[in-house]
Amino acid sequence: MSEKAKEHRYESGLAVVQSGKVSDPGIEPHRVRMTDKSEKLERTANRQVAALFIASAVGSAFSIFAYFAFPITSDLGTVRSNTLWLGFGITLGLLGIGIGAVHWAKTLMPDAEVYEPRHQSRSSEENRAAAIEIIKLADQESGFTRRKLIRRSLYTALAMFPLPAIFFFGGLGPNPADTLRHTMWRKGTRLAKDPYGTPIKASEVTEGSVFHVIPEGLQDLTDTKLEEKAKAAVLLVRVDPSVLKPIAGRENWSYDGIVAYSKICTHVGCPVALYEQQTHHLLCPCHQSTFDLTDGCKVLFGPASRPLPQLPITVDAEGYLIAQSDFHEPVGPSFWDRSAN
Amino acid sequence: MKNKRRSPFAAALVIVAGLIISGGSYAAANAVVKHSNTSQAVTQSQLEEGKQLFLANCASCHGKNGVGTSAAPTLIGVGAASADFQVSSGRMPAQADGPQMQVKPVQFTREQIDAIAAYVGSLGTGPAIPSADMTAANGDAVRGGELFRINCAMCHNAVGAGGALTEGKYAPALKNIPNTRIYEAMLTGPQNMPVFNDANITPTDKKDIITYLKYLDENPSAGGYELAGLGPVAEGLFIWIIGLGLIIGFTVWLGAKSN
Repeated sequence: MSEKAKEHRYESGLAVVQSGKVSDPGIEPHRVRMTDKSEKLERTANRQVAALFIASAVGSAFSIFAYFAFPITSDLGTVRSNTLWLGFGITLGLLGIGIGAVHWAKTLMPDAEVYEPRHQSRSSEENRAAAIEIIKLADQESGFTRRKLIRRSLYTALAMFPLPAIFFFGGLGPNPADTLRHTMWRKGTRLAKDPYGTPIKASEVTEGSVFHVIPEGLQDLTDTKLEEKAKAAVLLVRVDPSVLKPIAGRENWSYDGIVAYSKICTHVGCPVALYEQQTHHLLCPCHQSTFDLTDGCKVLFGPASRPLPQLPITVDAEGYLIAQSDFHEPVGPSFWDRSAN
Repeated sequence: MKNKRRSPFAAALVIVAGLIISGGSYAAANAVVKHSNTSQAVTQSQLEEGKQLFLANCASCHGKNGVGTSAAPTLIGVGAASADFQVSSGRMPAQADGPQMQVKPVQFTREQIDAIAAYVGSLGTGPAIPSADMTAANGDAVRGGELFRINCAMCHNAVGAGGALTEGKYAPALKNIPNTRIYEAMLTGPQNMPVFNDANITPTDKKDIITYLKYLDENPSAGGYELAGLGPVAEGLFIWIIGLGLIIGFTVWLGAKSN
């Protein structure tokens, strides 16, 4: 047990007593390199370094050649060989220099171990005393301690300075107001096919069919088209009406086995559109949330916490599918002031 | 009382009339989604051969006359297109029960498949095998790509590399699939794939989608090696293991003493 450990020995308690401290092993004994022992190996290493530098030069020359030999034409496929061979040449050019330089240093340059002790980080006593003197003098000359009024008003100014940022950042972007709670769907809006906006007749939706639906009129929007589509996208499916489990209050939301659900996942908003015809499962590709289409799209598996919102639908006089109203709840993921259900 | 007596044929007549009216009106109501494609003439001997093959290879699960059993669904009304898709892709006859019927080596010759498809098609009204003209890849690949991304890519991946579904099922990759089979899959919705009838994806749309898939088959990714087209998971795995591995290897070599 070393002297130091003995000094710190405690009578009792939980202190960990360090015994058998690892001693400084010092620098390991110098090992003579093979290139220092053998003339032949030294010449080999010499040639290796030169070969690496030559390889680098060849690589650079090759990338110039590749620039002309593999041009990018109107055929997009040519990007592939252009990128590949240009990159190959430049890589060889850079790696050749780098590996060559390191190999040179490791095998041929002197390999004697040297060490340089770290200087003390604590300043000398004189420097410390001089620094204190400077601070004291500055305080005396500025009167920072003596002039209470100035000192306190400075504190106030410094404390106030960051406050405007709270309001600047708070006002970033327009306040979404209630746009998160409503979509483009209105009473009587026809269900139309994504992306061309052809309205859908109920008779066209055969059993087992899936239609990717947008509200009719979406394709005519200009500035807000994507925002509205992101909220209003709907998946339309027809199943055998007898497998649909009735949900209280939603008995007339479907039409003859045709149901429409929001395509926006209630977890983080990916489009839920992987529909399995035989199991009636709807799968979200992002985090594997699985919804049961026949049971109000309740969550069967995965991180989503709410069922997908259902769009109440019916048909108009011409047989086209129309919305009865907007969704009865906000679509998509939770947000700050959305209620829990 | 004798004059009030109904003919013994009256009941049968009423039933037949009822069937014709209800069946006829059903067919009329669904006329928009049905195929009236009669590209292949069906001969009686073909039907007879198809029936024999069906009895020997299919009827144990799908029942005599394709009425279905507890093991497999009815084939009445699925159409020749469905039978052709299942048999010519090697999914049928099924080898074993499971989450999904697997692709296996095809069990029949082209003539036998045509015979089975003709027989199954004769069981009810269903989509016929599309003609070569309908499935030719000479449509609009750009439009096909847009339709593919909206209707197909969520399961089959944006470049048709396939993807996982729930509980062991998966959407197969769509590389080098014969045109007719792509068309039939959209039309009939095999297994868990939804049906995309001609009102949803019109024959022109279907042609465009086939054109897009054929374009993908013939044109390699412009961005270099695509790592099976699986996207960020495969790419991340590659860069974390191969890329970072190379960097660590270099670092170790830089710090090692020369021998």
